[in-house]
Formats: sequence, structure tokens, C-alpha cells
Amino acid sequence: MISIKEMSEKPVRLTEGHRLCAGCAEPIVAKQVMLATDKPVVVANATGCFEVSTSGFPQSAWEVPWIHTAFATTSATISGVESAYRALKRKGKVQEDIRFLAFGGDGATYDIGLQSLSGAIERGHHFMYVCLNNEAYMNTGIQRSSATQLGASTTTCPSGTCIAGKREIPKDLTKIIAAHKLPYAAQASPHNWKDLIAKAAKGFEANGPAFLNVVTPCPRGWRYDSPNTIEMAKLSVETGMWPLYEYENGKWSLTGETKRIAEGKMERRPLQDWLKAQGRFKHLLDPQWKSVVDEIQENVDAGWDELLRLTKQ
Amino acid sequence: MKRLAMNGDQAVALSWKQIDPDVVSSYPITPQTIIVETYADYVANGEVGTEYICSESEHSSMSMCIGASAAGARAATATASAGLAYMWEMLYIAASMRLPVVMTVANRALSGPINIHCDHSDAMGARDSGWMQIYAENVQEAYDNSIMSFRIAEDMGVRLPIMNCLDGFIVTHAIESLAPLEDEVVKKFVGDFKPIHPLLDVKSPHSFGPFDMPEYYYEHKYAQQMAMKNALDVVRKVSEEYAEISGRKYDLLECYRCEDADYVAIALGSTAGTMKQVVDDLRAEGHKVGSVKLRLFRPFPFQDVAKVLNGKKGVAVMDRAISFGAAGPLFADVRSAMFDNEARSPSFNYIYGLGGRDVGVEDLKKVFFDMENGNAETVNYLGVKL
Repeated sequence: MISIKEMSEKPVRLTEGHRLCAGCAEPIVAKQVMLATDKPVVVANATGCFEVSTSGFPQSAWEVPWIHTAFATTSATISGVESAYRALKRKGKVQEDIRFLAFGGDGATYDIGLQSLSGAIERGHHFMYVCLNNEAYMNTGIQRSSATQLGASTTTCPSGTCIAGKREIPKDLTKIIAAHKLPYAAQASPHNWKDLIAKAAKGFEANGPAFLNVVTPCPRGWRYDSPNTIEMAKLSVETGMWPLYEYENGKWSLTGETKRIAEGKMERRPLQDWLKAQGRFKHLLDPQWKSVVDEIQENVDAGWDELLRLTKQ
Repeated sequence: MKRLAMNGDQAVALSWKQIDPDVVSSYPITPQTIIVETYADYVANGEVGTEYICSESEHSSMSMCIGASAAGARAATATASAGLAYMWEMLYIAASMRLPVVMTVANRALSGPINIHCDHSDAMGARDSGWMQIYAENVQEAYDNSIMSFRIAEDMGVRLPIMNCLDGFIVTHAIESLAPLEDEVVKKFVGDFKPIHPLLDVKSPHSFGPFDMPEYYYEHKYAQQMAMKNALDVVRKVSEEYAEISGRKYDLLECYRCEDADYVAIALGSTAGTMKQVVDDLRAEGHKVGSVKLRLFRPFPFQDVAKVLNGKKGVAVMDRAISFGAAGPLFADVRSAMFDNEARSPSFNYIYGLGGRDVGVEDLKKVFFDMENGNAETVNYLGVKL
């Protein structure tokens, strides 16, 4: 396992000077992912905060080849790049052993780009897709996506006097991706960097497509103070809201704090800790919405039980 | 090489086989499907070295071509109708990245109502996307244009994507006698693909598709427009070079008995072929008529069009599409091209053949009779049942 000292000596692939918000988890996640391989990497990036803030012409924060085409097309774009690589390598026009990486937010992954992602995985391109999951369309100003948590208030599912924020449970995308029977899929969190980098390393070396769904807290959208980003990521895992696990060649296994909780070596923190820490759930503390809180808890518990069942198989 | 009996789609696939692009991304849609099926056979039999990808949509097909081209590969695809419409967002992105992607478009009506037959509403919908558009009259031209498309798009003074358009069913499915070139001749003519700052050059990282603010966006659009302007001469130059290897001469447009004609009709695609028969028939009866086949629609050869249509008693502009609320898209450009002529010709728009409505010799004769008899309106709907 790579040490912090070794990491600090590696070349920086996403440089300082980008325009992401203070406290944004996206560059943290991206840097951790790219530390997981020493091979050359080519990156495709979906439209979103990460793309806009790292690429303002004529500047670029990218020290690796990088391409952005559109919102829905990151997986198709990297499919094209990887196909070109296969063709040109076969013809002897490219010599290097290159890895292919795609970044998209939850809107680009769960919603508009799901078809393109599913197609690319089914075709078996060698690439790793990393979902920077901040649970809403943050670049356009915090609108709900199908990754948005039940009860969260966003600008298109605001909490009001009649409605308590988002009324639907989020899509369980990691399991949808695993249903493609790809070599590797995992959920990760930047607070547990060792776990995240180990997963990214597996994804880079998988014999086919790999998918990493990473909780990526957003101070603006989640309504917390920007120094608390890593604490938010940690809370999401320790409350069971964002379990850490992997699906590797058909086998499910828990990792990190999730594994320790399942083994009884650690207590799962109460849901209230998660809800109280974020302004987007503030309205749920009103007794009026107790049923919504109960529903969130039921959904978390059901997901937890399902995961335990899968990992015991 | 001996003559082959082939339809337009097969002829395009054959040209691709001879060029052997690095990446072909395909998605089936009538009447293009024969191209990607024929090419799949070449792949299955090891006759090409192409990485052949079956996408899950045309939107992704075009995105793959963009990714492949930016990576440093020669990339091609084919589509029609709704498939082209579905690509719409990505067409602009391919053009703005200045990627020389080559796409065959089997021209087919757009939904709705759903219809699989020929008109030009698909390509006309993509008129302003920054792609060059070249139209074929018959199977031979579809093959020849396909080969020339790669050279035109990849020219260092152009570097723009190109649509190789052929009329759905009329050209895509009609079997004609094709005179193909030898494989080596095609390969030498097209040459090696020369990428610019490819993504796979990992030692020299470049960013493609960055965010562009008002300080730069306009200049990037201007650069695209200048590349289009350059393309006029490049199409002429490539066509001249192609004549040397094939014996077949092409220009931006083709005049047929129009120099001394009083009345001229101008059309794109297969109708320009039918029009030649009409002209011959009417000339035999003493009518001074001629026709113009417009080969290149984007960039639009304003000067050439203006020159050949100067001083006519009437010009009929044949449009196989409607810009709803205006008139035919070709009409707008042709009429505009003639505006500064010393002897500006009266011009009339004929909308025809929508959704594959058959248009034969007798139908087209009416266009000339209308003009001769003073019965042509500014906009006419040829053969519409009212």
C-alpha cells in the first residue's frame, strides 16, 4: 500500500489553480484516483463543475491528456479514445501502456449519461468510470438528480409547507452497474483514502470496464461549512448512508468502516448525526416530517441488510 | 479493377474497406444499415484492421468518433434521418474541435410522421452544425465522394468533419454499375492520417473541449468559418487530383447544357440526374433549358452559383426539404447568391419529393413549363395533392 510520503513524491496530474470551490471534494477524489496508477492516463470528463472549473480556455489544470465533449457522452467519448488506442497499438503507432479514466458527476452518471455508461460497459472497453457523486446537479445550482437522497431540499425539490424535499429514494446505481457483470465496481469515500486508492488501483488494472462510485460532499449543495468536507464523507459512511463495498469478479465484499461495523468492531452512528450536520436536511428535524426520517432509516436499513446478504453469499 | 454491380451503401462500404479507417462506430438505421452490415462482414473476415464498435445510439456513435479522432485515429460513421437528428448536439462539438470525422448520410425524411424514404430534411437540419456537406447523384459518385471526403476533411487548411450525402433508397439501395479504383490507388490517394495534438501522445498532454468564455468563443467560431472558406479551394483541388487517378472530373457544381439556356433548374443529389434526362427531352423539343447539379452544399459556393445562373429568364431551385415558415433551404442560398448579379435571374422555389414522393421526368418537365408560361410562383409545391 502506498504511503503518504510516497504519494507526495508522485507527479501531480491535476494542478493547483483550478476554480473549484473551497471545500469541494471533487479534486480530492480525482487526485486520490490518479495516484493509484503510475501508468500514463487519458481522462474524459463530463460537463459539470469539475469540467468547467478545471478547463477555462486558455488555461487547463490538467497535466494529462484530457477531453470533454458533452454532458451525456463521457463513456462514449472514452470508448472512442480507447478504441483508437487499440487500433493504433495494433498498428504499432502507439507504444505506451495507457490507462483510460472517465469522470462524471451524479447527474452525468445516474441520469443523462446512464445509457452511454451502460453501453460502454457492455462493450467491454478497458476504462474506469469514476462518479463524483455529490447527490445533485451542483454546477447548475443544486437541482435534484436521481442520486439525491430522500428528504433532501434542492432548488427543484425544495422543502415547503406541503412537501419535505425530495420524495423519492435515490437509484442504487452501483448495483445497476454490477448487474452488467463487469470485472470491478465499488463504492468509496475520500475520507478513507487508503480504501479509495486501493479500489482505484484495482479498477485501473481490471481486465475490462471498472466503476467507482465515490461520495463527494459539496459544501454549497449540502449546506455545511467548507472545512468539514472530509468529516461529511466520513459521516456518510459511518451512518450507513454510503456503505463501502466492492463487487469483484462476481463477489461482493465490504471494506473500511462498513466492514468493521458489520463485524461488530464499530458502532453504526445514528442517522440523526448525518441529517443534523447538513442544511439540506434541516427541515426534517421538525416533528412534522418524522415519517420522512423513518422512511430514510428504513431504506438505509434495507440496503444494509441486502448488502450483508450479498457479501455472505 | 473490373466493374461491379453494387448499390450506394455497398459502394460506400467498399470505399471504407479500401481506406481502412482506424475506428468505425456504427448504429443501424434504414436506409444506411447496409453500409455498417457490409463493413461488419469485412471486419469478420479480417479484411480490414479497423476497430469496429457497435454503439448503443447515434449520439454515442458520434461521441466515439470524436473521442477516436481526438485520440489520433481516422474515424468514420454512417447514419440517416432520426439518427442524424439524435447526433445534433455532438455534430457541433465535432466541428468545433476541428476533427476530420467522415460520416455518410443516407438522406431520409425526419419524423413525424415516421417515414423511411428519401428527402433532405435530415441533412438540412444539420446545415449550420459546422459540417461540410457533399451530395452524390448516383452510386459512382457516392463511392468517389466517400474517398474524396477523407482528403477534404483531413486537409490541414480545413480540418472539419464532412457529411457524404446520398439519397435514401434511390442511391443507397439502387444497384448500378460501379467502376472502383484499385485498393493501392485509394490508399495512396487518401494517405496516412495526420493527427494534431492527439490524446494518445501522452508525453505532450493537451486538453480538448475546454470551457470557453465570451473572450474566446467568438474567435473559435470565426476560425471554423475561415476553415469552411478554405474548403472551397480544397474541394476543387482534391477533385482535380481525383480526376487524375479516376478519369472522373468533379467540381463544386456541374452545369448541364445551361450555358445558353434560358431556363435552368438547380438540384442536389439524384434529382440532378433525372433533371439531365428532362433537359435532353425538352431540348429535343426545342426548349432552351439546362440544369445545375450542386455537389457541395456546405461550404456553399456562392460565386460559382452566381456565375452559372447569371442572366437567365428563370431559375428553378429544387428543394427536397422545407424550412417551415420560410421556404426551401437551398432556395434561400441560391437566391442570395444571385442577388448581386448584373443580370439577376427571376428565381422560383420548388419543394418536391418529401418523404420519398416519387418525382419523375414528367413531373420535372412541369417546372420548366411553369417558368416558360409565367405560371411559376415564388414558392411551389410540386405534385402535392390538395
